[in-house]
Amino acid sequence: MRSVIALAAIVALSVLTISTTALAGEPKNEPKQGGILRMYHRDSPANASIHEGATYSINVPFMPVFNNLVIYKQDVAQNSMDTIVPDLAESWAWGNDNKTLTFRLRQGVKWHDGKPFTSADVKCTFDILMGKSQQKFRQNPRKAWYNEVNDVSTNGDLEVSFNLKRPQPSLLALLASGYTPVYPCHVSPGDMRTHPIGTGPFKFVEFKANESIKLTRNPDYWKEGRPYLDGIEFTIIPNRSTAILAFVAGKFDMTFPTHITIPLLKDVKSQAPNAVCTVEPTNVSTNIIVNSTSPPFDNIDIRRAMAMALDRKAFVSILFEGQADIGGTMLPTPQGLWGMPRDMLESIPGYGPDVNANREEARKLMQKAGYGPDKHLAVKISTRNLAEYRDPAVILIDQLKSIYIDGELDVVETANWFPKVARKDYMLGLNLTGNAVDDPDQSFYENYSCGSERNYTNYCNKEIEKLFDVQSQETDLAKRKKLVWEIDKKLQEDVARPIIFHARAGTCWQPYVKGVTVMSNSSYNGYRYEDVWLDK
Amino acid sequence: MFAYLVRRLFLMLLTLFGISIVIFLLLRIVPGNIVDILFAAAGYVDPADKANLEKELGIDQPLVVQYLHWIGGFLRGDFGYSYVSEKPALQEILPRIPITARLAGLALLFSASIGIPLGVISAVKQGTKLDYALRVISLSGLSLPSFWLGLLILTASVAMFGQMPIFNPNPQTWLEAFATYAVPAAAVGFRSAALTMRITRSSMLEVLRQDYIRTARAKGASDAAVNYHHALKNAILPVITVIGIEAAFLIGGLIVTETVFNIPGVARFLVEAIRWRDYPIVQNLVMLIAVVVVFANFTVDMLYAVFDPRIRFTD
Repeated sequence: MRSVIALAAIVALSVLTISTTALAGEPKNEPKQGGILRMYHRDSPANASIHEGATYSINVPFMPVFNNLVIYKQDVAQNSMDTIVPDLAESWAWGNDNKTLTFRLRQGVKWHDGKPFTSADVKCTFDILMGKSQQKFRQNPRKAWYNEVNDVSTNGDLEVSFNLKRPQPSLLALLASGYTPVYPCHVSPGDMRTHPIGTGPFKFVEFKANESIKLTRNPDYWKEGRPYLDGIEFTIIPNRSTAILAFVAGKFDMTFPTHITIPLLKDVKSQAPNAVCTVEPTNVSTNIIVNSTSPPFDNIDIRRAMAMALDRKAFVSILFEGQADIGGTMLPTPQGLWGMPRDMLESIPGYGPDVNANREEARKLMQKAGYGPDKHLAVKISTRNLAEYRDPAVILIDQLKSIYIDGELDVVETANWFPKVARKDYMLGLNLTGNAVDDPDQSFYENYSCGSERNYTNYCNKEIEKLFDVQSQETDLAKRKKLVWEIDKKLQEDVARPIIFHARAGTCWQPYVKGVTVMSNSSYNGYRYEDVWLDK
Repeated sequence: MFAYLVRRLFLMLLTLFGISIVIFLLLRIVPGNIVDILFAAAGYVDPADKANLEKELGIDQPLVVQYLHWIGGFLRGDFGYSYVSEKPALQEILPRIPITARLAGLALLFSASIGIPLGVISAVKQGTKLDYALRVISLSGLSLPSFWLGLLILTASVAMFGQMPIFNPNPQTWLEAFATYAVPAAAVGFRSAALTMRITRSSMLEVLRQDYIRTARAKGASDAAVNYHHALKNAILPVITVIGIEAAFLIGGLIVTETVFNIPGVARFLVEAIRWRDYPIVQNLVMLIAVVVVFANFTVDMLYAVFDPRIRFTD
C-alpha cells in the first residue's frame, strides 16, 4: 500500500513537474515592447509623400507614419473587402442609394505635432486628390481613383461623407490601400514631401537621401499598446548584393519586402539557414505594350499573332524557376481574388497549353499579314534599363523569332521611358504594371479606360468601357466576378496589353522578428508595422 | 615667380570658366530632366502638371538665364536647393565631402605607402622571384575592377567570419574611423598602389642605370643610401605626377566602392544626383571637384620645385 501511495505521489509530482515545465517551455507568444527594427531599403525614394508616389519604395518606409480612414487588416495576408477594418474611422455606412459613404471618425486622435485630427483633414486630403483644392500635389497619380466622387462633405468634426455620382462599392477598397493615407490640412504638400506629419504608430525623424530613413515610436498613438517597436531604421542600400550580404551577416533584421528574387532566395537560405523567408506574388504583371496607332501593329492580325506566340511557361521557368503565375490582367487565384478560372483562361488564343499549335496559328496570321519565312518583320522592342525589364524582353525577342518577327532590343533610360511611350515613339514595349489594390476598378480604369493617363497604349473600347461601369456598380460578388472574367478575357483577346506573367518574390527576416505579414495580393498595403515586435 | 603665379591663377580661372560651361551644357544634353524622372517614378505623365513643375523649378527658362543664375549663385556661395530633397544643395553636399575625402586620403596613403616601397624593392631586386611576385601583384591590381574586389572582400568576410564591415557614420575614436575606412580604401587604393608600384619600379630602374649611381656605389655608399637617398629622390618625380593624376581619377573608383560598401559619400551621391538630373547638386558638386582638381594640379606643379631643385618657375 505504501508503495502504491509512493507511486501515486511520484506520478502526481511528475505530472505537476511536467505541466510546470511544459508551461515554462511554451513558446512565448506575448509580444514584447522595445527595440529598433533594422531594415535595408532598396533605393532612395523621390520624397516622403505617399500621395505623390507610385512605388512601394515610398509605402514601405512611410506607411507607418500614417493612418487611413480604413485599412486592410495587417495580419491577414490576402486583401479583400472582408478584411477591411476601421482605422481613423470608427465605422462606416453606405446610404440607401449606395451613393453616399459616411464615416464616423475616431475621437481624440492627434497629429504627430499635437494638433487634433478632424473631418476637415479628411476633406482636405481628398479635395487635393480630386484636384478641387488650392493646394496641389506635384504629381497626382491616383486622381482617377476618385472619378466617381462628386465631393467630400463634413458634418461636424467627427463625420465625413463621400458623395458619389453613381454607386461604387470598391471605393472602400481603394480607401483601404496603403496609397490612401489621410494628410493634415495644416501642413503643405511641399512639407509633406520632406517632413511628413501623420497620426500613425511611428513618427518621422529623418530622411537622408541615399543614406537612411528613421522613424520613432509615437508614444501618443491612439491605439493602446501599439506599436511594439521603439523605432524603425531603414538603411538605403541600392546594391542588392551588398544589401543581402549585410542581411546574411545579421546587420539587418529584415530584407526590403519582396526584394529577393527566386534564384537569390536559395543563396540566402544556404547562407542564413535560420532566416524566415516567404515567397508571394507582388501583383505586378510583366506585359507587352503595343503601339497600335502606327504600322505594323495597327494590324490586329499581327498583334494577335504576337500574343499567340508567347510561351509563358518558358518565361516563368527561366526567370522564376517555375514560381510565378500565368493569368490575365487580374492576379491569378488563389492569391488573387479576381483571376479567371483555368479553363476560361486557356480558352483565350495563345493561352492554350499546346504552344506549338498556338504558334502554328500565329504563323498563319503572320502569313495573312504578308510575312513568312522569306519575309521577316523587323521590330524594335523598347524597355527600361532595369534587369526586371531587360531579362524578359530578351526572352520575348527569342520567342518572336518563331513567327517571323526579328526583334531588336531598345533599352531606354528611365527618364525617357514615359515621354517616349506618351509620344508613341515605339513599336513594342516590355512593361511592368503594379496594381495597388487587387480590385478590378483600380486595374481597369487606371490601365484600360479611354483617356486614362496610365493607359499607355491609349486602348479605347467603348463597349468594354460600359462593362467596366457595370461591374463597378455590381454589389453581388459572384455576379461581379463573372463580369470581371468576361472583361479580362476580352482585354486579352483585343491584345490591349498582353500579360506575360505575374511575378513572385521573396522576403526574409531573422527568426526573432515576429508579427510580420507579407501581403499575398498586394505589394503596397501591408507596411504599418504596428504589430511587429522583436523576440530578443 | 610672382608673375608666374598670377599667370597660373588667371589660367586656372579661365579653365574653371570653361569647365562650368561644359558641365552645364553636358547636363542639359543628357536626355530627360528631373520632371521626367519624377513622373517616371509616379508612373504617368500629365503635360499640364509637368509644365507647372518645370516652371516651379525654373528649368523652363532659356539656357543662358539658367546658366547665369547658377554661376552667379555659385560665386556667391549660394548653391540653390536640391530638386529631389528640396533641401539646400550646400547642406546636402557638405556633410558628404569629409567622408569621401577621408576615403580618398586613406586610399592615396595606402597607394603611396604600399606602392612606392614595393616599387623600389621590385626595381632593386630586378629579375628575382620577389620581383616577379611583386609584378604579378601589381598587374592584378591594375586588372581587378574595384567593385569586383570590393564584393569579393564583402563576400569573403561574410562567408569566413559571418561579419561584414558596415559604414559607421560617427566613428568615436581613431581606431573606429580606421576600421570604417580601411577596407574600402584598400579596395579602391589597390589599383593606385599597383600603378604607383609600376611607375616607381620603372622610374627607379632608369635612375639606377645612371652614372652618378655607379659613382655613388664606387665611392662606397651603402645600398640603402644609394637606393633611397640618391635613386629614389630622383625617381620620385614621375611617381608624384601619377599620384596627383590618380587623386583626380580616384573619384571614378570611389563611385563604385562607395556603392558596394554603402558609404554615403559624395561620389555615390553625385551618381544618384545625375540619375535624378538634380542640376543644383550635380553642377555645384562637379564644379567643386573641378576646383579641387585644378588646385591639385597646381600643387603638384609647385611640388616639382620642392623635389627637383633644377626646376625654377620664371616668367
